[in-house]
Amino acid sequence: MTSTKPPIKTLIFVMVITALCTFVALPKEVPVRFALGSWKVDYTYMRPIIDLTQWKIPFQRDLELKMGLDIQGGTRVTLDADMSAIPQADRQTAFTSAKEVISRRVDMFGVSESSVKTSFNGSQYRIIAELPGVTDAAKAVELIGTTAQLDFREESTESAKPVPVKKGETPPPQNPFDNFKTTGLTGKELKRSTVQFSQQTGQPVVSLEFNDQGTKMFGEITRRSVGKRVGIFLDEIPVTAPVVNEPIETGTAQISGGFSVEAAKQLSIQLNAGALPVPIKVVQQETIGASLGRDAVEKTAKAGGIGIILVAVFMVLLYGWKGVLADVALAIYAVITLAVYKLVPVTLTLPGIAGLMLSIGMAVDSNILIFERMKEELRMGKPFEVAMKLGFGRAWDSIKDANVATLFTSFILFNPFEFEFLNRSGMVRGFAFTLALGILVGLFTGIVVTRTLLRVFLTNPDEMNDGIVSRLLSKVKKGKNV
Amino acid sequence: MIHFMRLRWLYFLLSALVIVPGFISLVMFGLKPSVDFTGGTELQIALGKPALAEEVKNAFGEKLAIDELSFLPNGDVSVRAKPIDNAAKDEALGELRKTFPDAKESKFETLGPTLGKELLVKTLIAMLLSAGGITLYVAYRFSELKYGVCAVLAMFHDTFVLFGVFSLLGHFMGVEVDVLFVTAVLTILSFSVHDTIVVYDRIRELRHAQRGMRYEDLVDLAVTETLSRSMNNSMTIIFMLFVLWLFGGSSMQWFVFALLIGTVTGTYSSTFAAAPLLVVWDEMAKKRRKV
Repeated sequence: MTSTKPPIKTLIFVMVITALCTFVALPKEVPVRFALGSWKVDYTYMRPIIDLTQWKIPFQRDLELKMGLDIQGGTRVTLDADMSAIPQADRQTAFTSAKEVISRRVDMFGVSESSVKTSFNGSQYRIIAELPGVTDAAKAVELIGTTAQLDFREESTESAKPVPVKKGETPPPQNPFDNFKTTGLTGKELKRSTVQFSQQTGQPVVSLEFNDQGTKMFGEITRRSVGKRVGIFLDEIPVTAPVVNEPIETGTAQISGGFSVEAAKQLSIQLNAGALPVPIKVVQQETIGASLGRDAVEKTAKAGGIGIILVAVFMVLLYGWKGVLADVALAIYAVITLAVYKLVPVTLTLPGIAGLMLSIGMAVDSNILIFERMKEELRMGKPFEVAMKLGFGRAWDSIKDANVATLFTSFILFNPFEFEFLNRSGMVRGFAFTLALGILVGLFTGIVVTRTLLRVFLTNPDEMNDGIVSRLLSKVKKGKNV
Repeated sequence: MIHFMRLRWLYFLLSALVIVPGFISLVMFGLKPSVDFTGGTELQIALGKPALAEEVKNAFGEKLAIDELSFLPNGDVSVRAKPIDNAAKDEALGELRKTFPDAKESKFETLGPTLGKELLVKTLIAMLLSAGGITLYVAYRFSELKYGVCAVLAMFHDTFVLFGVFSLLGHFMGVEVDVLFVTAVLTILSFSVHDTIVVYDRIRELRHAQRGMRYEDLVDLAVTETLSRSMNNSMTIIFMLFVLWLFGGSSMQWFVFALLIGTVTGTYSSTFAAAPLLVVWDEMAKKRRKV
């Protein structure tokens, strides 16, 4: 109990962390304009982005706060994949391919923050595509909700018709795949595609296996096309166009050509999307009007702001100088949380905000617990220094237990082990994640920030005085007793 | 020290006064599930001009089997119907535009019903699991089973209050429970246990400091000492929620209201359900020992 030296090192640590987090938490651009006498400053702070990929670390963040579908508005489409026609052994492959196809289509929307997730429980295979900002659900469903179409096309003998060009104009760029014509051979005749390794070169190759009908058709096509290319198209978009070296009549073909294992896998997945076409059905489509979301968010943000200010004022009224310190600690808590949200990144949804609010409440609670405990220890006549220390330690016991119980709940709700009998998607998870994150940050600010602030800035008993409201309340109480 | 626990049966009575009507309502009327759970189509439309519900219904004609029609605070009309697809929706809107040429769709949602059920069942399992886990954790940390059980009982107390209130609200005011309500329930469960543990922590501490004290007095002392922090803490949360309720967006209003009720009952139950339950448990255990 002799450590009277204020923990300056920890204070500096807290300040550095706060500064770093503030940089991350700030909006993209902050204009800084002020004048001090003749010294004028006109400068716009640009928040940096984090990109470690140049050092071969796959970490890249634009540090924008991600808004979920319910806040930003957009479309969510849930698709049911019907696996009944697919043999059990091939189902996983088929499902992966179906997801890949949907992802490709979603990418064509060019939506940022879009996501394609799969959920699988026992017999139900589902694909959930989220398209924030897309409000035309009909178009979205039309584009992504159809079964994949794979077909084989051969290079036409006659070169593509030259487009008549007027003098002085540059000819329009020619699509190199324009001169492929359909052959009637489709994904239906393809049994499956796998990645294999060539026995001669050891390189990965993509092998195709046709059924009887397909064997016949592919034989004819390759006989016609020796030295030419055969194009494979998925949803009308070319996937690959290997050159035929010799007629292939055995029903198994190999595409080689210096693939990396990854590229070979990718190609094989795309081919399987056609080989194992999974009929997909739209089971749910949600369009959330952006205006509705934006209105709600603006109002809620404003209300939240007012609420936070009220809480801050309330703390000062109740706890005086300590309340000010608690408010500083809470501000640091907010900045750290925001920075963590941007770094993870967390997509903010309404349930997520609920989780955040609860964790803020618990962080405030930690402060109140600590102050009340210190007050009690002082009341029992302990010397100031001892009371501070004991108060903090005792309060910490209950804070710890209470927070661990909450962490436990959020852990189960988040379901990190992907148990099938628990939620594996959506809102509940968002709630659990922000709650857990909020509690962890709250524990950190409680034990590091609040404690340091108290030890540095609360050094004599006068500063222990309560705020005006508490003093009035205690006078009323005393009055009654008399 | 205030002798709170002397009046413990009064607290139970008070709890019962809230829970029993809610429970009866829950059994008789159940909760009013939103489209999140029933499955169906919800269509929100900005009509462009004021209208009566009957006019809107007639304007749709045969094109839409309307289950329910209501006006939202922002003037939009909200229509509930059996699930329909995009083509059917466009047709229905086309029909509507014959009467309301400026009608604009602001929200269209079609939900498969199984999704809601799946989410509910899984969330229920998660709740039971975490109740079990909390019982064990609290029992372990407080080295007696009764703490774990009573903390979880108080948690269910709050759940029932919340469910009961929303069942009554649903029946008399048409308030629906949606996925946000589920989130509110989860929030309140966490809050309830959190608040209870803080009170129990004080009992645990006094148990060591005041050996030989009667258990009832021990609980009284603990409750007296933690009351001001409980009140201060809940007041900050209630402030926050109250402001959100008053000024927040309309889509959040009932969600915030659920949190508000939960905070009040959660605070009440820590002191007036979780603590007296301990005393009752203690008495019963002593009686059994005597017999």
